[in-house]
Amino acid sequence: MEVANETLTAPAAQEKAAELTGSEALLEALIVEGVDTIFGYPGGAIMPIYDALYDYKEKINHILVRHEQGGIHAGQGYARTSGKVGVVFATSGPGATNLVTGLADAQIDSTPLVCITGQVFAHLLGTDAFQETDVINITTPVTKWNYQVTDATEIPEVIAKAFYIAKSGRPGPVLIDITKNAQIQKFDYKGYVQCDHIRSYRPKPIIRQQYVQEAAVLINQAKKPFILWGQGVILGSAEQEFKAFVEKSGIPSAWTILGAGAIPTDHPLNVGMLGMHGNYGPNVLTNDCDVLIAIGMRFDDRVTGRLDKYAKQAKVIHLDIDPAEIDKNVKTTVPVWGDCKETLPLLTALVDKKEHTEWLKLFNEYTQKEVDAVIHDELNPTSEEMTMGEVIKQLNELTNGNAVIVSDVGQHQMVACRYAKLNKTRSNITSGGLGTMGFALPAAIGAKFGAQDRDVIAIIGDGGFQMTLQELGTVMQTGINVKIIILNNRFLGMVRQWQELFNERRYSFVDIQSPDFVMVAKGYGIEGKCINERKQLVDALKTMMNHNGSYLLEVMVTKENNVFPMVPQGGSVSEIRLK
Amino acid sequence: MSDQAIDKQEFNITVYTENQIGLLNRIAIIFTRRKINIDSLNTSPSEIDSIHRFNIVITESEEVVRKVCRQIEKQVEVLKVYYHTNADVIWQEMALYKVSTDVIAEQVSVERLLRENGARVVVLRKDYTVFETTGHREETDALINILQPYGLIEFVRSARVAIIKDSEGFNSKLREFERLEPGEDVIENEYLNQGQKVFTM
Repeated sequence: MEVANETLTAPAAQEKAAELTGSEALLEALIVEGVDTIFGYPGGAIMPIYDALYDYKEKINHILVRHEQGGIHAGQGYARTSGKVGVVFATSGPGATNLVTGLADAQIDSTPLVCITGQVFAHLLGTDAFQETDVINITTPVTKWNYQVTDATEIPEVIAKAFYIAKSGRPGPVLIDITKNAQIQKFDYKGYVQCDHIRSYRPKPIIRQQYVQEAAVLINQAKKPFILWGQGVILGSAEQEFKAFVEKSGIPSAWTILGAGAIPTDHPLNVGMLGMHGNYGPNVLTNDCDVLIAIGMRFDDRVTGRLDKYAKQAKVIHLDIDPAEIDKNVKTTVPVWGDCKETLPLLTALVDKKEHTEWLKLFNEYTQKEVDAVIHDELNPTSEEMTMGEVIKQLNELTNGNAVIVSDVGQHQMVACRYAKLNKTRSNITSGGLGTMGFALPAAIGAKFGAQDRDVIAIIGDGGFQMTLQELGTVMQTGINVKIIILNNRFLGMVRQWQELFNERRYSFVDIQSPDFVMVAKGYGIEGKCINERKQLVDALKTMMNHNGSYLLEVMVTKENNVFPMVPQGGSVSEIRLK
Repeated sequence: MSDQAIDKQEFNITVYTENQIGLLNRIAIIFTRRKINIDSLNTSPSEIDSIHRFNIVITESEEVVRKVCRQIEKQVEVLKVYYHTNADVIWQEMALYKVSTDVIAEQVSVERLLRENGARVVVLRKDYTVFETTGHREETDALINILQPYGLIEFVRSARVAIIKDSEGFNSKLREFERLEPGEDVIENEYLNQGQKVFTM
């Protein structure tokens, strides 16, 4: 009987070998794309995919998050540290809508993501079925591309396009909505071919040598050139090319918060941070330079301040991969469009080797003014209560600048970006364009999965932490090692600062109460400690860093401290206030 | 503000796209996000199989139009975007007018007016007649005013369609797009060229 059975079933099995369900085809695609980690949350409409995933447990690590927003922020953190595409699973309806904040964040910060959402059966579309929501239309403004799959045969090609679009050109989030019937449907699977071309999509503009030459002429003639760099340098893996350009041209260079770390904090030509709470010199001297060279940055309003008073005296060279960024906010003299990994070496070859000693000295003079007026007191306070800045300073001593710093949004974010020492690229993970409170804890989890050999430290305010603290459950279940520092000023500090400065101290709903965070962490089996005295700080940080596993350190800091310098909203960068 | 208002004029935006569900929404929200009203929108298959052509008319300054066009061209399924002033295009709108056949039959002047306005009969029934005319907005509007006293029953006007005067067609460009390394003459940012005509096709 047995023998007979085998001979009967063997040919049939062989025929069926090429037959996969849509769900299996999806997972096969992910494996070819090199996906090792998925952040997700199951639900009714994505159950067939999760059922298939049960058999892929050895090949793909699925991280069960506590909320889909946590899942997508974790995917972002993973993408930002690893340089790979973050992959997120969510079910239809509320699962999908919970992704929207993360999609918007990833869209504005150009983070490569592929999100897979389950959807109701195709025949139920438009019937207000249980957990049906029009996720394609909801997510259209916040995705680089999205697509609804209703037939399993589309899956290999659509997933290939999704990964190609997410990671090529200016990266961004892609959402693929797969109806339940397509997940279940079996089809003749012909293998998976990665996508490398879509005829309607030009990820990289063709480089025009003419503009590279024009840019080089401007740079070589410049007396006071100034480089602004952004995340484009990191997204393009052009750190080495960028460093070579900066060092040969000898031009002082300042960064946006998403560009931080592309060259180390202590590089002699790194003159500091741009923007509303950036450093004094880079802001003031933007309106003094003669040639402004913007590399992989998009002149966000938090960087430029008032546009009609922004660098009007300067000729502007803009290197960007996205042609839509050229002239969007700041009028460009020479647009060097293209992938900066390719354009920077071309430019480096044409620029003269120079040292702008006097000009650089001017930056250093401004730095000294800022140290005297702001930085010294922030990092070495004489007040009884601790400042956020001194926590970062002590942390720098322990990490030596080698850790990944994940910050949330608000005062602590600005302090972390201003003062954290960064030796390596992909070390400053923060929500830049969207300013998403609640980003840091889940992003830190993802960041650790994306860079398991590095220390990951989340720095979060007491407000932001309460937005996504449920992800402590994810920390607990995965046993991952992330260090969490809560800088607790018992206020929604940034809003309070604005209310103090611009609304006559009318502290409208910024007085936020918090639970005992250490006890909350203990509830999740995470060790923690709360400190409120300076003499405890170094030891507490050491205990945290040396702890084997995740650790939560709550530091009580001054209630009403302000982040300075500050470019008042609507003010010019040269009107930056030191107090 | 007043300066901007003076700069505003009608622009004809021509978009070549893949035929993809949801793309209309993706393009439309680029305008709505900036609170720009779409005066006219036509989308239909182009002369090339599988490629659709949008004709969009908005009244804005050239700077706004240029930025909007770049955002449209950034969409994955958009092949190419052009914008032109009315002087750069030949454009037409089609209009249909339904009037009572009795009125036409009894009032000779109506028939004469219709002929003078280049209208032709599309349907002739015992109860009503449908006329069609094509032309610029003022021409189709004029006929409404003329027919109104005679009991215009129903009127409808199409979106604008426009042919670009300088265009040499899209066929050759499409072949370039299908190549992995397209030639420089079709690269998507050609209209960033400084000192040159804004659009060269």
